[in-house]
Amino acid sequence: MTEALLSVRNLNAWYGESHALHGIDLDVHQGETVTLLGRNGVGKTTALRSIVGIIRKRSGDIRFNGKDMMRVPLHRTARHGIGYVPEERGIFSTLSVEENLTLPPVIAKDGMSLAEIYELFPNLEERRKSPGTKLSGGEQQMLAMARILRTGARLLLLDEPTEGLAPVIVQRIGEVLQTLKQRGMTILLVEQNFRFASKVADRFYVVDHGKVIDNFRVDELPGRMSMLNEALGV
Amino acid sequence: MTTIFDVPVQAFLGQLLIGLINGSFYAMLSLGLAIIFGMLKIINFAHGAQFMVGAFAGYLLLKGIGVGYWPALILAPLVVGLASAAIERIALSRLYNLDHLYSLLFTFGLALTLEGAFRYFFGASGQPYAVPKELAGGYNLGFMFLPKYRAWVVLASLVICIASWLLIEKTKLGAYLRASTENPTLVRTFGINVPLLLTFTYGMGAALAGLAGMLAAPIYQVSPLMGSNLIIVVFAVVVVGGMGSILGAIITGYMLGILEGLTKVFYPEASNIVIFVIMAIILLVRPAGLMGRDA
Amino acid sequence: MNSQARIASSTRRPLLRLETILLGIGVLALVLAPFYFYPIFLMKVLCFALFACAFNLLLGYTGILSFGHAAFFGGSAYFTAHAVKEWGFSPELGILVGVAGASLLGLVIGFLAIRRQGIYSTMITLALSQMFFFFCLQAPFTHGEDGIQNIPRGHLFGFIDLEQPLYMYFFVLTAFLAGMFVIWRVIHSPYGMILRSIRENENRAISLGYSVARYKLGAFVMSAALAGLAGGLKALVFQFATLTDVSWQMSGEVVLMTLLGGIGTLVGPVFGAALVTGLGNYFATSELPVTLVTGIIFMICVLVFRRGMIGELYASRLGRRLSRRDDED
Repeated sequence: MTEALLSVRNLNAWYGESHALHGIDLDVHQGETVTLLGRNGVGKTTALRSIVGIIRKRSGDIRFNGKDMMRVPLHRTARHGIGYVPEERGIFSTLSVEENLTLPPVIAKDGMSLAEIYELFPNLEERRKSPGTKLSGGEQQMLAMARILRTGARLLLLDEPTEGLAPVIVQRIGEVLQTLKQRGMTILLVEQNFRFASKVADRFYVVDHGKVIDNFRVDELPGRMSMLNEALGV
Repeated sequence: MTTIFDVPVQAFLGQLLIGLINGSFYAMLSLGLAIIFGMLKIINFAHGAQFMVGAFAGYLLLKGIGVGYWPALILAPLVVGLASAAIERIALSRLYNLDHLYSLLFTFGLALTLEGAFRYFFGASGQPYAVPKELAGGYNLGFMFLPKYRAWVVLASLVICIASWLLIEKTKLGAYLRASTENPTLVRTFGINVPLLLTFTYGMGAALAGLAGMLAAPIYQVSPLMGSNLIIVVFAVVVVGGMGSILGAIITGYMLGILEGLTKVFYPEASNIVIFVIMAIILLVRPAGLMGRDA
Repeated sequence: MNSQARIASSTRRPLLRLETILLGIGVLALVLAPFYFYPIFLMKVLCFALFACAFNLLLGYTGILSFGHAAFFGGSAYFTAHAVKEWGFSPELGILVGVAGASLLGLVIGFLAIRRQGIYSTMITLALSQMFFFFCLQAPFTHGEDGIQNIPRGHLFGFIDLEQPLYMYFFVLTAFLAGMFVIWRVIHSPYGMILRSIRENENRAISLGYSVARYKLGAFVMSAALAGLAGGLKALVFQFATLTDVSWQMSGEVVLMTLLGGIGTLVGPVFGAALVTGLGNYFATSELPVTLVTGIIFMICVLVFRRGMIGELYASRLGRRLSRRDDED
């Protein structure tokens, strides 16, 4: 297999004094959708935040597209092609929907145009003048994803996109992710909703206590159900 | 003679104009404070000193190298802005992760230092700055005499306030600033150099103060202490208006300036303290300020 | 919000025995000092030391930064001066008038200031004290720019002639020690514990059911009263009360003293006050404006010396060793 687009080795991270990640290893290949599974508080979000570089107290090796990302300052990460959608979505209340959408600078030509985005998310076009936080939770999630898609990021880091959303919205987000996969987008997803994840992901990593305890492909899933039930407590 | 509430109309309008002039400076200064506060979450105690440095820069440009009023109107704020941006880079930026107390104390120390330094070199007395000849003289409006320069200051401050507001509310740069005010970390993950934006913001806020100082130079005497008393009043303005909104800072500035002018007409003894009294009343009835959004 | 709480502080108590020894040495030094130094200077230091400690009770132990403490200090100086000179009060009663006036001012300013938090409350204290400054500028009893001059020191309790520098010195020293004792008691009382918990996390204190506003106001008034004690003493020491003592520069100076000595340390402000007063005296005769010097010290202190002298001592290896026993509680 060729070299992974994102390759993480022995990633450790700390919140102040508390050691949150204990040596995470993972790979995400071009065009793949990979999901980190695990219970609350095992370090999934921390892993994403460390990969992006929000958490600076970290050690190990992060390579993206062959480049060492450990020394890249936070505001340069995006320029390398890593787009991040945080768990809390981070829609700005003092910006209109369209201002939110066009806020992140475009870093590569192959990003979606505004027209394509409005085609994919018609709601956003209707409400482009209203303040970002006046949108519903589902719309805010769409907006948070859409604004990264516009930049032409090569890797999308998605933290719990379905959290707190109604089933019909979750389904819609699933469709959007399928569309993105068809377009060849690479996605690293953190998800607690296992059913949702099993529909979109190609591969899984199971995280517990700041470590990866298992990884498998989607076709290996049936054999892992009992282990997953135990690990995820579902 | 025509009177309003037993006050001659001319005196009334004269004080109203002075109030409007003071209000123009309150508005420009509280606007700068609000911009800096929004992004950096610090109270810029040195704002008054930067106002003073702006006035002195204009004075020195004229006396030292013979630069006239109009170029100085650009150069003086530029000098203040660049110097302040440098200070932000070198010193202030090291304090963001600490209690806000420390950045406040740092800017207080900066204010004292600037004041002391200018006193050392120029003495405490005021230096005159002549009104540029294009703006000398005035208009006889029939009911009162309106000096051209004062009309210019009111107009200029309005333009400055509206332009700043447009810059923040309607431009891409403004969107970056607003977004960084809400969530600087996320804005950084988008690939925007937020620390640089902070430096820019501090420089811009200080430049606004410097511009106000340059405008004030022909009206007030240029002196090392011209900013410090003003800035305390502006703090009260800011408490009244609330720093959550730029527009609030501007409107409150004009309003309180005019109110202060009117107090001079009707009850001169209280004109020094009327803004503070209003602040106290606002705190009693509406602690968050007229347009405040802060907790 | 709780940012105001993250003030570099050290509230650790050194070994009790060592504390007692140091206290003894300190008091002894203060008793002997007037025989070696100029008493007026020492009294000035003591007044400012008490002022700074009073201020620190609010900043260091409650987390409220007041930029208006000059109102209490200088206000009390005016009240004391007026009571002694115009009403013929004895010095102790005059100071009592000053303290009462300062407390009342503290009640009003504090009540308004704690309606907002953090830097807003700082700006409010500054604005209100500036308002008081303008009041003093215009009110007839303060005699405007001239101030109240030639205040008689009088006889303490009717028989101790305070015109005698040494008697005056020991009166000031006694009042200073009494003030320090009050502060020490407050800090180590359950009340002081609650104040500190407010400083650390105001919301948590609220959720624990404390009426935070009342505690803050109490601390404010206490701090104002003690600052008033210092101001009244100063008026008697120098025999005049002027606008300088109610100006915002004075409020800034007390902040600097506390910062230099160590915010949130009991005796830090005493050393800070001694240093700032000494520097003030030194630079008063030089060409350099004092504000230039204090401004530069301020900036350096904030950048590299935030814990202050006593705070650094506590944080040093020696200080940690001395206070090791304290880690147990």
